[in-house]
Amino acid sequence: MSIGIDHMTTFHSLYLLISREFLIAFRHRHEALNPLLFFVLVCLLFPLGIGPSPQLLNTIAPGIIWAAALLAILMSLGNVFRAEYEDGTLELMVLANQPLVVLTLIKLLAHWLLNVFPLILLSPIIASALGMDFDVQITLISSLLLGTPVLLLVGATVATLTLVIPQNGMLLALLVLPLYVPVLIFGSSAVSATAIGMSAAGPLYVLAALCILSLTLSPFAIVAAIKTGVSQ
Amino acid sequence: MMKWLHTMASSAWFYRFSGKVIPWLMTLFVVLFLYGLYGGLVTAPADYQQGDAFRIIYIHVPSAWMSLFVYIVMAVYAFIALVWRIKLAEVLLISSAPVGAAFTFMALVTGSLWGKPMWGTWWSWDARLTSELLLLFLYWGVIGLYAAIEDKRTASRAVSILTLIGVVNIPIIHYSVEWWNTLHQGASVTMTDKPSMPIEMLIPLLVMATAFKVYYAISLLIRTRAELVEREPNSKWVKQVIEESNHG
Repeated sequence: MSIGIDHMTTFHSLYLLISREFLIAFRHRHEALNPLLFFVLVCLLFPLGIGPSPQLLNTIAPGIIWAAALLAILMSLGNVFRAEYEDGTLELMVLANQPLVVLTLIKLLAHWLLNVFPLILLSPIIASALGMDFDVQITLISSLLLGTPVLLLVGATVATLTLVIPQNGMLLALLVLPLYVPVLIFGSSAVSATAIGMSAAGPLYVLAALCILSLTLSPFAIVAAIKTGVSQ
Repeated sequence: MMKWLHTMASSAWFYRFSGKVIPWLMTLFVVLFLYGLYGGLVTAPADYQQGDAFRIIYIHVPSAWMSLFVYIVMAVYAFIALVWRIKLAEVLLISSAPVGAAFTFMALVTGSLWGKPMWGTWWSWDARLTSELLLLFLYWGVIGLYAAIEDKRTASRAVSILTLIGVVNIPIIHYSVEWWNTLHQGASVTMTDKPSMPIEMLIPLLVMATAFKVYYAISLLIRTRAELVEREPNSKWVKQVIEESNHG
């Protein structure tokens, strides 16, 4: 009998994993709204705090939407692996004779589809409310599509490191937010550039590069972090 | 090579060796520091533009250099700790973090003190100041994560991974902030094009930089010794050390 990884079983287990994620999400469907509501509420705070001047709102809209998306992802990081860690599923995922890197990526893909993608779909509505033009909204959506995977991957890496700490919300934010700075800068400036009639290609390319970099590096860091957490 | 590495990495050997080295380093530090201070504050001529206010660079610049240097050294320890599972590297890593954070803090405070007479403001959103501030948050993150995890072996591994994530991100953060800065500020006051320094100004600066490095070594050794004893209070070598100090 060979000890190598059986590819049929790998694909099957990936299918099982992703359907499990969606099933869990479906069973808790009231929770699916929470990131969206959070996103909208954070965006609402700025006009209320600063005043409804369309000129001002239009200038700061890219920053507001990006910061709100970033915070929504930060809030969702707590439950990427938390439940699996606490009930022992994570341990079984490590012990299963399957590539943990691929399992991790699938898990994060499901998380992105369920928690982040709806938020991107909603963002044009918020953008219109803040007075953003249609072509600027296109840039906003593309920057979010490229940037949010980076936020999720980097954040999930750090969140996995803090799994062993029971109440870790504040610490997680402290660890993650400095690492989010580049994505925020490039994301919001891509949108601002389009708004003042300049090309957004530069920052979007950088975001794409960051996306590929984090897609290739973070899964390995997450696996190392999972093993550290589980071995305790 | 590996055998040599493992002897070096044994806590008992390290404790004894560092105990012998620290007094020598102290002497070196005092000599270098006093010479650098004298050279910087007394013999170096006043700057033709900034007058005597420029003399703060003898603290500011070495601190800023050290703030980055210490993080890179920490990343090297993190790599060693993760790849070869050498316990000493973990302890060296976590003992470096507060020292690096202190250097970063000092660079920020002296930079801000310098900024008041030069730029007319305590804080400007200058690219270097901003990325230095983010570096300080990275240091705090390392310290905070280590403190939050009860089991210190797990904490060390987590901190090693975090340090490596940080070191990959530092250049990205730095260049993104620089880019952001040029985008939003246009022609602001930057210190990038420094006039070339006369040699009487430069030598004390380099001496101070070396003194800061030696200071880092001293404080790292002292912290590591304390951490080693704290981690293995019941081991044989700690008991021996205590016995020897009682007899000596």
